[in-house]
Amino acid sequence: MSGEIILQAVVSGLLMGLIYALVAVGLSLIFGLMEIVNFAHGEFLMLAMFASFWLWALGGLDPLMSLPLVAAMLAGAGLLVHWGIIRHVLDAPMLAQVCATFGLAVALRAGAQFLWTPDFRVVADPLVAGRVQLGPIFIGQPQLVAGFVCLAAFVALWLFVTRTETGLALQATSQDRQAAAVMGIPTDRMSALGWAIGLGCVAVAGSMLSTFFYIFPDVGTNFALLAFVAVALGGFGSILGSLVAGVLIGLIESLGGLLISPSYKTLIVFALYLAVVLVRPKGLFGRF
Amino acid sequence: MADDPTLKLEAARAQPLWPRPPAWAVALGLAAGGFLIAYPAIFPSPFSLHLMIMIFLYALMAQSWNVMAGLSGQISLGHAMFFGIGAYAASVLFAKYGVSPWIGLLVGMAISALAAAAVGLPTLRLKGHYFAIATLLIGSGVQIVFSRWEWVGAASGLYIPIERTSPWLSFQFHGAKTPYYFLALGAAALGYLLVWHLRRTRFGFRLQAVRDEPEAAASLGVAVSGHKVLAFMLSGAMMSAAGTFYAQYVLVLDPERLFSLDISILVLLMTVLGGSGTLWGPALGAAILVPLSEYSRIWFGGTGRTVDLIVYGILIVLICMFRPRGLLSLIEDRLRRREGERA
Amino acid sequence: MTSLLEVQGVTKRFGGLTANSEITFDANAGEIVGIIGPNGAGKSTLFDLITGFERADAGEVRLDGRRITGVRPDRICALGVGRTFQKLKPFADMTVAENVMVGALARTHRMREARDRALEALAFVDLLERRDRFARELSTGQRKRLELARALATGPRLILMDEVTGGVDQRTIPGLIELVLSLKARGLAVVLIEHNMAVMMRIADRILALHAGRRIAFGPPAEVRQDALVVDAYLGSADHAA
Repeated sequence: MSGEIILQAVVSGLLMGLIYALVAVGLSLIFGLMEIVNFAHGEFLMLAMFASFWLWALGGLDPLMSLPLVAAMLAGAGLLVHWGIIRHVLDAPMLAQVCATFGLAVALRAGAQFLWTPDFRVVADPLVAGRVQLGPIFIGQPQLVAGFVCLAAFVALWLFVTRTETGLALQATSQDRQAAAVMGIPTDRMSALGWAIGLGCVAVAGSMLSTFFYIFPDVGTNFALLAFVAVALGGFGSILGSLVAGVLIGLIESLGGLLISPSYKTLIVFALYLAVVLVRPKGLFGRF
Repeated sequence: MADDPTLKLEAARAQPLWPRPPAWAVALGLAAGGFLIAYPAIFPSPFSLHLMIMIFLYALMAQSWNVMAGLSGQISLGHAMFFGIGAYAASVLFAKYGVSPWIGLLVGMAISALAAAAVGLPTLRLKGHYFAIATLLIGSGVQIVFSRWEWVGAASGLYIPIERTSPWLSFQFHGAKTPYYFLALGAAALGYLLVWHLRRTRFGFRLQAVRDEPEAAASLGVAVSGHKVLAFMLSGAMMSAAGTFYAQYVLVLDPERLFSLDISILVLLMTVLGGSGTLWGPALGAAILVPLSEYSRIWFGGTGRTVDLIVYGILIVLICMFRPRGLLSLIEDRLRRREGERA
Repeated sequence: MTSLLEVQGVTKRFGGLTANSEITFDANAGEIVGIIGPNGAGKSTLFDLITGFERADAGEVRLDGRRITGVRPDRICALGVGRTFQKLKPFADMTVAENVMVGALARTHRMREARDRALEALAFVDLLERRDRFARELSTGQRKRLELARALATGPRLILMDEVTGGVDQRTIPGLIELVLSLKARGLAVVLIEHNMAVMMRIADRILALHAGRRIAFGPPAEVRQDALVVDAYLGSADHAA
């Protein structure tokens, strides 16, 4: 096996990993704020991809152009989910919390199938297309752009959380909800904000993904599963952890597919989850 | 001298350990039992038998999920894996080695219990979401393995060879649905009897304690994660038995269907709808949802599946928000409290 | 002679915060040891260290001279240590009797025997008449007594009680005090966390005063009351001494 092929796998894994990371960070953020795992996360990714698709198919907007719109739509959906559903199960037993987001996932996925059929769709003429050659390897331009946009979104999120007052309040709530409430931080609004940002991140990832990936109702499932692994590996609630873990998983998946077997690359990542749980349940950067 | 504390204690001790079911409940139970036994004679059409067979099967599957969620408080999102393991274990043994599915049933249950232990041991000592995610991942992973595994037919699955010499030994009745009806009824009855008994044992009590307050349970001498793992093993074995039965009923193994997330969703929904943690909740859920999906399949044809799932998903969300203890919780509260409330 | 419970130099850190710093004390059978200290002094953490819910970073806990540091909570229960929680943890979906039976089942495998032990414990805390109610239907004071009954049903030699009178109806306090005193009379070692200083001074044989995770005094109530550090840290600043 030549060095070029491995290098190629590393680069494409890295770029895909940035998308995983952005999906995972939303999940991690929401979990950190209220200890609720959003099992519908993948379905929101799917919705973002369909939103990008329809804005392109019906409105002629390239996903790159419609990105802010899709992000706003999903952020709105996040607020809606928080106010409409999550708030009502915050104090409920875990069974109700898990089933609520899981049920939402089932309904959204089936709804998408009903409305848009299980067919695979693609954005046929994206603004950015083709491949560039970098030394010995080829990189798809959409993937490259997607990677950069995701990285930029990550940097923006990081700056927001560490440099703004609201962001710091968000972090405080995530670290200790009670203490934050005592300090006068409106924790309920922080949770809502967490959902908005979390789904906004998913929207960016989905928009970018829609420029080079098939769009179909089940598309979110696999991404969500990988995001679960990323969140566990990075540490539930850790933003930086999501980035590192997402990229790591992209690399493991890509290299695993190359070196072991493409049909089992997902399994390798799933096995990683068990390994994390066994060896270091709090993840790389986790709090517990 | 009703106020004498010692006398009160004596009186309390003299009461039966378990409250006797009220007469109306006994009468209702006997009537329902009689009806179920007479059902094939009253409604002999294949569809009406099929409907009941699926209700029994799902009632058993939902109960197995309930052992985990309702008794130990842990949520499995990948229960279909045990269903598939049960189906494959018995069928592969029969198709490749001619072993009776009855033995395959036990082998499947043992494999499922071991698989449950393997998943549960690392994850069940942590907070609940680690387990829920693990079951989701592994459930999906097991499906990938079976769809790629050539020896068991990979994605095209397996057909169980037709065997006509000894139907009871080979578990095949070809066209005749009545034997399947009684087998399914028997399997479900056995499962419910087991769980009914379990809830009155030391193990069952301690599981419920773990479900409600794990730390308090630990302070009272309960080995918390060990109990959860045992419950998961039992739950997996029960689900596996239903899978074996289903495979013998349809005689085709399709990894896409047997390991499908839909099955994991359905058993969850049925239990939550009926009332998780209650004995009859899962059966109630199955009795409501199985006919719903069978009829919607007839009415809506191919698209019926997604319409079902939309409704199911919304139902799950609504139940969690407004009646997290399920439909049956209201009645069961009254049943468990002895009539004539004491102060 | 060794005491039933010996805590020697235990230290527990959570991140940068030291919740317990080299705390040493002991408790004998038939003795009531009270723990006082303002919120955040490390009282509940100390309970968690003794009962195995947290693992000490340094120091050790001995029961009857046997080291129990790092032993799992359920094993510690089996060794004869019962506890209640500051944040009450009733098994909400089980009846009162069933709650206590879970405790009794630590000592027996027979359901009937467990039931009878549970009824005795319930009679002891005066909850017998509520036995068929669901635990979630009880008032705070009743829940406290339920937790006590549950812990007692495990047949402990040492019982740790967190905030006996906190948050309960004033009128029920004398009854709760009676309960604690009768535990002592039965020969149990009782360690309790209590904010009501009047109660504490009256019933405790020795008092352990904590402040910011450190032991500032340990001895008979009269002595502790005189201790300048305690007066400074606790009695003086917060006016609990009423």
